[in-house]
Amino acid sequence: MFQYIVKRIFSSILVLLGVVTITFFIARVLPSSPEVRWAGQRATEEQLEAARIELGLDKSLPEQYVIYLRDLLRGNLGKSLNNHQPVTSELRRYVPATLELVLLAFALAVVIGIPLGIYSAKKKDRLLDHFSRFFSIGAVSLPTFWVALFFQLIFYKGLNLLPIGGRISVEATIFETVPQVTGMLLADCLITGRFGLFLDALRHIILPCITVSLYPIGLVSRMTRSALLEILGEDYMTAGHSYGLSDTRMLWKYALKNSLGTTATDVALSMGYTLTNTFLVEAIFSWPGIGSYISSAVTTLDYPAIIGVTLFGAVCYIILNLLADIIIASDPRVRL
Amino acid sequence: MNNFVQTMKPRIRSARESMYLLARNKLSLAALILLLLLAAAAILAPVIIPYPEDLADAAHTDISLQPPSAEHLMGTDELGRDIFSRVIYGSRVSLTAALAAVGLSLLIGVPLGAVAGSFGGWVDNVIMRITDVFLSFPPLLLAIAMVVVLGSSLNNAVLAIALSWWPWYTRLIRGQAISMKERKFVQAAETIGTGRMKIIFRHIIPNCISPVIVQASMDIGGVILTVASLSFLSLGAQLPTPEWGLMISMGRRFFPDSWWYCIFPGLAIFITVLCFNLLGDAIREILDPKTRKN
Repeated sequence: MFQYIVKRIFSSILVLLGVVTITFFIARVLPSSPEVRWAGQRATEEQLEAARIELGLDKSLPEQYVIYLRDLLRGNLGKSLNNHQPVTSELRRYVPATLELVLLAFALAVVIGIPLGIYSAKKKDRLLDHFSRFFSIGAVSLPTFWVALFFQLIFYKGLNLLPIGGRISVEATIFETVPQVTGMLLADCLITGRFGLFLDALRHIILPCITVSLYPIGLVSRMTRSALLEILGEDYMTAGHSYGLSDTRMLWKYALKNSLGTTATDVALSMGYTLTNTFLVEAIFSWPGIGSYISSAVTTLDYPAIIGVTLFGAVCYIILNLLADIIIASDPRVRL
Repeated sequence: MNNFVQTMKPRIRSARESMYLLARNKLSLAALILLLLLAAAAILAPVIIPYPEDLADAAHTDISLQPPSAEHLMGTDELGRDIFSRVIYGSRVSLTAALAAVGLSLLIGVPLGAVAGSFGGWVDNVIMRITDVFLSFPPLLLAIAMVVVLGSSLNNAVLAIALSWWPWYTRLIRGQAISMKERKFVQAAETIGTGRMKIIFRHIIPNCISPVIVQASMDIGGVILTVASLSFLSLGAQLPTPEWGLMISMGRRFFPDSWWYCIFPGLAIFITVLCFNLLGDAIREILDPKTRKN
């Protein structure tokens, strides 16, 4: 077990190196004349030369690669082409808002998705099973950015119940000081005991959070259902039946426990998809997270910023994968 | 023992039985019919749409941003173009882009996976580690990064999607190829001195391609979503192409007042992807003997 984890961590590091190499390839080998983008269209020849030196393009590719690796180890992701700010510090500013949204959406996915999946498996082929299967397939078929717009249409324009976007009301930012502890506004408001502000922030997070969570809810309930159904079809379930154990007891005590490993892995892996979905949703709700950052970077083709975000996303994904594998490995039935 | 293996083999069902199973589930039958209609619409689009001139840069500013009406079922956009015509034509754009992306990923992924599986050893190791690396990027992000660097266009978006999608097929076909390698006919081909590459392309790939094709057809829905997302970020189709994602992105400037501009193209994406996924789910159920009990 311990040996396996060490081996798994080692292979993750190798994968990480591969990821870094691919991003290097995309960032340095593919783009045509990054120095022009850095210095601007009307730059003189001297300015371009200076830009080339500043970006390290005057060196050979292997040398550039070594410098790239060294910079990454120091946490330096390069500078944005737009405002020449270091990408790392920009990321640090935007990550907490995204994290807040993703975590809350995931809590929602687990709280709604798992019971829905259990119910579906228990009452297979009944009306509610059909409904929940349809819902889960529907949820993974929805273009999230469109759902976001749809929600705005209903809850802002139609019912005028919830704000159209942002993290907090404009009045609040003018008349009150917004607490800054972790960068996650809901948590910060609770820590500092600002309940009025907390409610305001909560009203703002509802729509983006539900939009983001639709996909994982669908996925989690579908995975829970199929994992449970597979286990319910096993021989030891039939054996349990013949001993006269009740269905409920079999489901909750034996089947569910055995299916949780699979579900946990799927939850961890679906986080990667959710992260990307979050980006599109953020852009629509003007949620000041990485998504808004990346969508403004996309319009100006600011590739260092985008590659920084890509690398960040890949690192999160690798860590989640690692965690998922460790969860599986901790299952005593799995022999390594 | 041999007899045991024979009886345990999942039954190979005839195409007719599969069709029967598919048709039994009303929802998947409906999805199939809708998809056929959609394909017909995509093929016949230039003929059947009511306002063909509205596909390009036509401008009738006197009727700009009209709500849905009898003449314009889905309303008009800021240039007075008929959104219904553009949405119908969009099915052609989305379907071709998705087919091209999936086809291209198959072209990259299948040979790589077959080579990895049948060679084994270090070749397998190298190819699979590269696959692992590509699979560690969150979907869409790698495609976004590539398009930003390559330049925004529908072709580049398709290329970028294919470049980030192929590892799935490599993984799938590798597993198949490994089991195929031990089969008698492959070994027979080896003994009579057939070249390795010829064995892979003539014997292994044709014999293990069907699960990959099934998977690929189930992926089309997801790829359509990805194309639309890239176009929404203005990284895919460019104006004035009537692409669904791009239309939503354009309509955002007039949202929520002219809601029809965004809502109808999005509905088209949703229905198309939903049909593909429903059908894919039905196919999975039919092929999987475990879920077919009862």
